[in-house]
Formats: sequence, C-alpha cells, structure tokens
Amino acid sequence: MTAAPLLSLTDAATATATAVLAPGRAPTRARIQAAPRHPATVSLRCHRSRPLTAAAATGDSPSSAAFHGECFVVGDNIDTDQIIPAEHLTLVPSKPDEYRKLGSFAFVGLPSAAYPIPFVAPGEESSRYAVIIGGANFGCGSSREHAPVALGAAGARAVVAEGYARIFFRNSVATGEVYPLELADSGASKECKTEDVVTVDLDNSVLINHTSGKQYKLKPIGDAGPVIEAGGIFAYARKTGMIASKSA
Amino acid sequence: MASISAAAKATSAAFAHKKELAAAAPQQQQRASASSRRARSGRGRVRAVATPTRAPRSPASTGSVKSPMTTTEKILARASERASLEPGENVWVDVDVLMTHDVCGPGTIGIFKQEFGEDAKVWDREKVVIIPDHYIFTADERANRNVDILRDFCQEQKIKYFYDIKDLSDFRANPDYKGVCHIALAQEGHCRPGEVLLGTDSHTCNAGAFGQFATGIGNTDAGFVMGTGKALLKVPPTIRFVLDGEMPPYLLAKDLILQIIGEISVSGATYRSMEFVGSTIESLTMEERMTLCNMVIEAGGKNGVVPADETTFKYLEGKTSVEYEPVYSDAQARFYSDYRFDVSKLEPVVAKPHSPDNRALARECKDVKIDRVYIGSCTGGKTEDFIAAAKVFLASGKKVKVPTFLVPATQKVWMDVYSLPVPGSGGKTCSQIFEEAGCDTPASPNCGACLGGPRDTYARMNEPTVCVSTTNRNFPGRMGHKEGQIYLASPFTAAASALTGYVTDPRDFLS
Repeated sequence: MTAAPLLSLTDAATATATAVLAPGRAPTRARIQAAPRHPATVSLRCHRSRPLTAAAATGDSPSSAAFHGECFVVGDNIDTDQIIPAEHLTLVPSKPDEYRKLGSFAFVGLPSAAYPIPFVAPGEESSRYAVIIGGANFGCGSSREHAPVALGAAGARAVVAEGYARIFFRNSVATGEVYPLELADSGASKECKTEDVVTVDLDNSVLINHTSGKQYKLKPIGDAGPVIEAGGIFAYARKTGMIASKSA
Repeated sequence: MASISAAAKATSAAFAHKKELAAAAPQQQQRASASSRRARSGRGRVRAVATPTRAPRSPASTGSVKSPMTTTEKILARASERASLEPGENVWVDVDVLMTHDVCGPGTIGIFKQEFGEDAKVWDREKVVIIPDHYIFTADERANRNVDILRDFCQEQKIKYFYDIKDLSDFRANPDYKGVCHIALAQEGHCRPGEVLLGTDSHTCNAGAFGQFATGIGNTDAGFVMGTGKALLKVPPTIRFVLDGEMPPYLLAKDLILQIIGEISVSGATYRSMEFVGSTIESLTMEERMTLCNMVIEAGGKNGVVPADETTFKYLEGKTSVEYEPVYSDAQARFYSDYRFDVSKLEPVVAKPHSPDNRALARECKDVKIDRVYIGSCTGGKTEDFIAAAKVFLASGKKVKVPTFLVPATQKVWMDVYSLPVPGSGGKTCSQIFEEAGCDTPASPNCGACLGGPRDTYARMNEPTVCVSTTNRNFPGRMGHKEGQIYLASPFTAAASALTGYVTDPRDFLS
C-alpha cells in the first residue's frame, strides 16, 4: 500500500503523488505543476460530493487535459441497461433538472452483489468517482444517449475501457459528456480497484494508478478529443466555424 | 465472454468460418442491374425505369464494376453521391428517413430546438417519422408528458407520419396508433431497399431486412439530422454470413441469429455490417428476415442487410408509393470475413442469462425451471411469431403451466392475432388457441416490458423471476428486476417452455 490514498485529492496532491510514484514518466504539463491552489495537505481521503477533475474543466489551457480522482471499476460488457435502467428513460436529458436527475441514477442498474459500492452514494446527485474503468465492449446495448449523459451528469469525466460498443462511443463524443478512452492493452479493469486514485493524462495518453503504482497506455483519442473538449459536436462545429454561432 | 457448452460446440461443426478477405460467391450476387429500379404502382405492378434519376453515377447501375462494393458500401456511396468508397471512410450521407419515439424523441427535439432555434423547421416534414411506442400504457406522468411533447412538436412541424395515441384506455380507439416502431416502420412502408434509415433506437437495424442501410443513433446525432437531413457516417466493413440448407420445421430465424451471436460474441461485429445471404435466407419471409437483422446490434453490428428480392418487393406492394432502387453486393466485393452455416444441422437454441451470446441448446436447459413466458417486442412480437407459438399450443393440446404474456408489436399484429386462421387449426385464430391454452389475453401493443419500463408496465418483471422471452436482450435488469433471469428464445421454444414450466426444445411438441 502506498501513501497515495491518504493524500488529499487536490490537484496539487495528485501532482505530487504522480511525481513521487512515477518519476521520469510523470506527466510534466504545466497545469498540474502550476496549479497548487491547495497546499499538498496530507489528510484523510476527502469525500467530496463532486468529483475532482483537473484543470480541463476550469483551467486556461484548452488544448490538453488530465483528470484525477478515485476510479470506479466495472467488468466486461457493461450494457446501457446497467448504466441507466430503462425505467429512468422518462427523464429528458435536454431539460436541466432532469439531466441532473439522470446523473443520480448512473450505474444504478449494476447488480448490487457484484458491485456493493454504489457509483452515486444514496441521497447524492453526483458521484465522487471522476474516472470509470471498464473491460471489453463497454456501453453495449441500446442507443440511449441517456447513458453517457448519466455518467457525465454524475460528474465522471472519462471512461477508460478495453473497448466500446459503437453507439456509446459515438454518443459520448457527440454529447461531449465523457471521454471514451481505449486502453492499448487489457488488464487495467482487472488490476485496478474501485477507490484507487488515478490520473488520466490525455496529453501523454496514459492512465496512472497512484494506489498501485502502475501505468497503462491509452490509445490516442485523436480528432474526437477536441470535439469532447468543446462540449460535443454542435459546440465544436460552432467553435471551429463549421456552423454559425448562435449569436450570429 | 460466454461459455459455450460441449453440445453447442458440436453444433458449431455445422458451419465453417473463413477469417480472411474473401471474394463473393458469384451466382448470388449478380442481381444488380439498371432495370432493378422498382416502384409500386396502384395495382402492385413493378415497372422498370431505364435511367435512374436520383444518382446519375449510381454504382448499382454500372455494367462493368470498377470498384466492387458490398450492399452497405453501395447504399452509403449513393447517399453520399460518391462513385465508390472504402470501409473506414467517413462520409456525409443524405438521410432518407429519421425515426424517433417517446423515449428519445423529446431529447432529440430538445437538442434540435436548442441548436437550430425555437422557430427552426425540420429538414423535411415527410422524412421524419415519429412513433410513440415505448411507455404508453402507464400512469407515469413523465412518460405521458413525453408523448405530449411529441404531439406538440408534430403539430407545430406538420410532421406527416406521426402515429399518435390519445386514449390510453383502449388502443383501438386510436386509429393512428401503430405500436412498436420497427415493426410499424415496416408495415407502414418506411423501410425501402437502397435507402438510409436512421433511428434513435438501437434496433433500427431491423430494417436491414429490406436491403436498407438502417442503424441506431443518439439524440444529439438525431437532432443534427432533424435540422440538416445529413449524418456523418463511417463506412463499415461487411461480414458475410452464408446460410444454406433447408430450414428444419422446428427452427425459426431467432434460432439462427442466436446461433450467430453465440458464435461471434456480443462484440463480434462491432463497427461492422452483417450481410446475410444463401439459400436459407432466400427462403425466409420478411418477418423472419426482420428477426435476423433486428438482433445484429446484439453482436455489436452497425447494420444488417438481406438482399432485396421478390419476397421484399411483394411485401412492399401497396405499402409505399416512393420509388426505390435496390443495390446488391458485387461479385468481387471484399468482405471482412465469411461465415458459413448448414442450417439443416442446427438445433433450437437459447441465450442464457445475462448475455445474448451465452448460447446453449434448448434441450440442454431442460432442467431450468421457469416462472413465466413473454412473447412480444420488435424481435418476437410479429404476426408470424404469434402464429408459431399458436402452432405449438395447437400441437400439444395442453394448457400452459406458467403465466404466459402476449404483447403484439403493433395494432396490425393484434388484429392478425384475432382474425387470421392458424394453418392446420380448422380455422381457429391465434387468440382462440391462446385462450384455450390458458395464456393471458393479448395486451395493448407497446415495447415497455421488453426493456423494463415504468413499474406499472404490463408484464414487467417486478420480482426476481425466471422468464423465457422472445425479446432481444437478457442483460441484468433488462425486463425490470435486477436479479431476474431471462432466457432468450424463439416463439416455438417460448411456447414449448410455457407448456412444461421448464426451458423446452419445441421438438417435444412439433413432430
């Protein structure tokens, strides 16, 4: 057991952990090192109602991103019925209050025996897990866009899996709700444990598990990256001038 | 990954798999010609049109093939006005039909308005088809509201094809109401060879049975299509499934697709097209072809395709006045891989919980005690599905031992269940046979129970029971209860299982 899980889950703390645990291979992006808004206080695990995400959400460097926080680990063939059961599909994602409600139901379809820790704690609207780690064929089943929306609305920023069902991947990019990142090799979903502290480093295409000290190579997200970063296809198309901006 | 039993492996010997790029078998790929442009006339005659008007460089109409393509590649080439294209290319295609329903429609409309403006108009009011079907017969206020959102939008946009329902107490009081969208699309003539159909539902691939490119998309993509009529699609490589041999009388298309999914796994066709050819496929009715294509998504497939033929054209007679032009894979088309099946050697199969690729022979599961049977959905709730179930009940002359729920997919199917004589029954209808067998009364057409909709949905699994179902998915919680167990099966197998209270091979009743 490393000391990492005991660190406060702030940007600075995770950056420190990265540097300690993975010397020489740690991401050296300016944002991580230059964002110590919180001193690297050592404390008990900080259970926040919102997931800890990196500067991509709030920072000033739009061309790169990293996400830190605890991970939530699931197995192979996680289908959309487990991500968001159909009885909740009466919620319309384009309505803000119903969007938030969808988040509170994220992963509520997972069998409780196999997944004793819920993704969203009872009574909460969002999850404390910023990163989801899955096996093969993540998001199979229905075309419901409610699935990536529920994960994004709950506060997850990235899914890291061995592979994706086509429609889930496309919906993730189209909505910009979560980064659907693909592992270059299998293994992470078996080796990582829920509550491990991880960093997803998009620039270097790597998943770092600070708890275990292991790193996993990711396939580059490619052209889909900027689309997700912009907030989906419509936002991207406006940003890049493909379609007129709304105010125009 | 699903475990495949020894017996199922033995069955696997009935087909061979050639995992390499392969050239097409020539004889069945030569139907393409300029004269294949077809249209329905008032009397159902097919007329030939010498010069295609829609795409002057239509690859389907060229005599010598410079760039051989599969059916899917040809449809996407024509829809993107390209002479040829390769798998992996991203192309902007013109969409012929966009379908949405009450679960994804309100979100799609929300995105359409948000992005194109409150006053925006859909790109073509005759090409957007809106079908309430998922959560209809429920007291759930939000579900009811979602149908209201569809109605308001369709009135505002003057949508031509909106299959509305207002009186929930009796679906028959709503002449416009159809029911399950994929079957309604087929019955109302929206599925046409050579066209592109996108829908906000993963089982949109059902329409591949017509030689149409049909696939499921999310709300955001659908919102874009609604405003522009275009979609950016990646051209999938095609896996070809050659099914030959006479279909044994105890098998249905459901057995074939469960066999295939068990073979290639739930991700075996991810990002791929699945084309079904061979003498068995040619012998299948349109409804059976739909069953086959309906479940390609359960193998991860982007779309399924059955080449259009006389069976297709005959089905379409009187259903559409839109001209259509079928396309066919070229003899030299390149396929990602080839699978061959000798259908005469296959046996009835089921998919055990909790994955559609968890294949087993029905007879291997004869000790599995069940609590209920469900016959319904886009996959297994068509007229022929009910006739198949009725045949088993008729042959046995016995009563069901577990509650047996029957939900016709559409209003038309419901009427068939109550009016069509079952062959060999001396003129009895399905509904009479079902009543004699002690089944529940056929219910109002909708999707709800298949995917575990609102809690008050008829036949939803609210307890952790074991169900044999003619539906398409058996994921944890799919039909309601998270600890429920679903065995996916053909209507034959479902009816046989209802009669014994155990998963049962229909050969026990069908001689």
